[in-house]
Amino acid sequence: MDVIEALRASSDALRANRLRAFLTILGVVIGVAAVILLVSIGEGARQYIRQQFGQLGSNILVVVPGRTAKEGGMHMGTSAVRKLTMEDARLIERRSRAVLHAVPIIVGTSWIRFGNRSRDTYIVGVGARYFKVRNLKIAVGRNFSQDDIEGSRRVCVLGRTVKRELMGEATSPLGALVTIGDAKYRVVGEMAPKGVTLGFDIDDVVFIPVTAAQELFDTDWLFNITVKVASEAQIPQAKEDIRRLLTRRHAGKEDFTILSQDEVVAVMGKILNIMTAVLAGIAAISLVVGGIGIMNIMLVSVSERTREIGIRKAVGATNRDILLQFLAESVLLSLTGGLFGVLLAAALAFALPAFVPFLPTHLVWWSVIVAFLFCLAVGIFFGVYPARKAASYDPIVALRYE
Amino acid sequence: MALIELHEVCKSYFLPTYRVDVLRGIEFQVQEGEFVAIMGPSGSGKSTLLNIVGCLDRPTRGRYLLQGQDMGGKSDAELAQVRNQEIGFVFQSFNLLPRYPAWKNVELPLVYSGLSPAERKRRALQMLERFGLLDRATHTPAELSGGEQQRVAIARALINNPAIVLADEPTGNLDSRSGAEVLDIFQGLHRQGVTILLVTHEMEVARRAQRVITIRDGVCQDGCY
Repeated sequence: MDVIEALRASSDALRANRLRAFLTILGVVIGVAAVILLVSIGEGARQYIRQQFGQLGSNILVVVPGRTAKEGGMHMGTSAVRKLTMEDARLIERRSRAVLHAVPIIVGTSWIRFGNRSRDTYIVGVGARYFKVRNLKIAVGRNFSQDDIEGSRRVCVLGRTVKRELMGEATSPLGALVTIGDAKYRVVGEMAPKGVTLGFDIDDVVFIPVTAAQELFDTDWLFNITVKVASEAQIPQAKEDIRRLLTRRHAGKEDFTILSQDEVVAVMGKILNIMTAVLAGIAAISLVVGGIGIMNIMLVSVSERTREIGIRKAVGATNRDILLQFLAESVLLSLTGGLFGVLLAAALAFALPAFVPFLPTHLVWWSVIVAFLFCLAVGIFFGVYPARKAASYDPIVALRYE
Repeated sequence: MALIELHEVCKSYFLPTYRVDVLRGIEFQVQEGEFVAIMGPSGSGKSTLLNIVGCLDRPTRGRYLLQGQDMGGKSDAELAQVRNQEIGFVFQSFNLLPRYPAWKNVELPLVYSGLSPAERKRRALQMLERFGLLDRATHTPAELSGGEQQRVAIARALINNPAIVLADEPTGNLDSRSGAEVLDIFQGLHRQGVTILLVTHEMEVARRAQRVITIRDGVCQDGCY
């Protein structure tokens, strides 16, 4: 008897007990679907984060004042000993060969007024290269020029939300005069919409030259220096350069922190990996429980069919034939469960984001294969004992069994 | 050369506290084409003997030769193959698979001979036709009468052209009319040259055979008891 015959015989047997087979399979279906779905949710989250950070530009280091966490920390802009200055930014850009641009940033909030409408919003003072470094696109108008920065001209680029709130959808903002703080600023551009990134509406901002921001907020201190590194490979070199340059300027004290966006992504990815593994592991336990269900039902099936085993042996089935037949039955159960589990997981992975928008999913092909192989292993592992039991029956005793 | 030769065949069962000697030196031969009945009171060991001849069981001592080959040295898998190729069983309680229709029951031995499904079905239907059961081919055993079930079982026993048909009280679960029909079939097969070894405790059944061997206290005697 070959494998195909064994499968034929076992599918006959399973069809004879449809409900029982269905219930046994259900355990496996749930286990497999859970494993695949959880992995796909984890992968969805990872891709979401990577994409969100990718929008903010790649190969970026952010130098913030104060000594904070070693890696992956969030900068709150507080408690610095010595602050960062425009000169620091200029020095980094000029002295490090690994650095393409070092853009000084000042962030604050202020009222912005146009006609009779006003809005309290984020004012971001930036250097000329900021838009390029952060992958920000201007929809209408222009970027800041070097002259704008050096002359601390009162010009601004509006984020999409601010523009809409102040001027409505229709009118062009170019040339309009808006009031920020006490001074009038001329609108020279409007941002292309970027939407919400990591929970922050980056369209609800107004960009002005960093020098103008110094006057507006009456400060010399920078919020951070955003550094664009020439290539990924040069990130360590750039970090080393920045550390050396700033430490020397800051009287030998390392009172700043270099945050790497890629490190943040890597740390978050690590956390997600662990969470995915833990959740998938828990789901895999339910698969094992499903396997115990298979073993249970196979033991029932073997003892119910003792006489059949005797008959098959009497007409020439070897122990191996019987083993194969019952093993095929348990593997068939687990693989059918695996198949439906995969389909269920695929359907859920597809449907879930529609119902739960904050839960992105991405079906991972290797998780499908792993779940399927695990299923096969479960079917064999939990099928071997009942099948061996069946194969070892003495035909004479089995034939007499009532 | 005799088809079946048993020399000093003994069978003992070892229970925890004592030993039961069921067969104590059986000695007989069956020639090809013979129709032999084995008689004996219940518990005389005739079913045990039939199991040994049918390669379902092994003698504790003694030699059993089928077609001149010693069965003592064969492995379990080899014995399974002998059962498949050379032996057809007919049981008292029919022993058909309840889930399967008649034709699938008949083809069962061929499943273990490695024939293609189409060829198996063709031969199974042919065999059913031979016993007038073609219209019952798709019926499950529960839908068949006792006599019909036993005819299906006989068809199954013959499907692989075995060297010998072994029947263990084949009429025991049948009314006398169906029983007589089944015995007619056996006699018909015998006339066609099939070798038959039949176990019974009924005189009338044994009388249908060509020759009767009686087992008593684990040894053979010629003739009826």
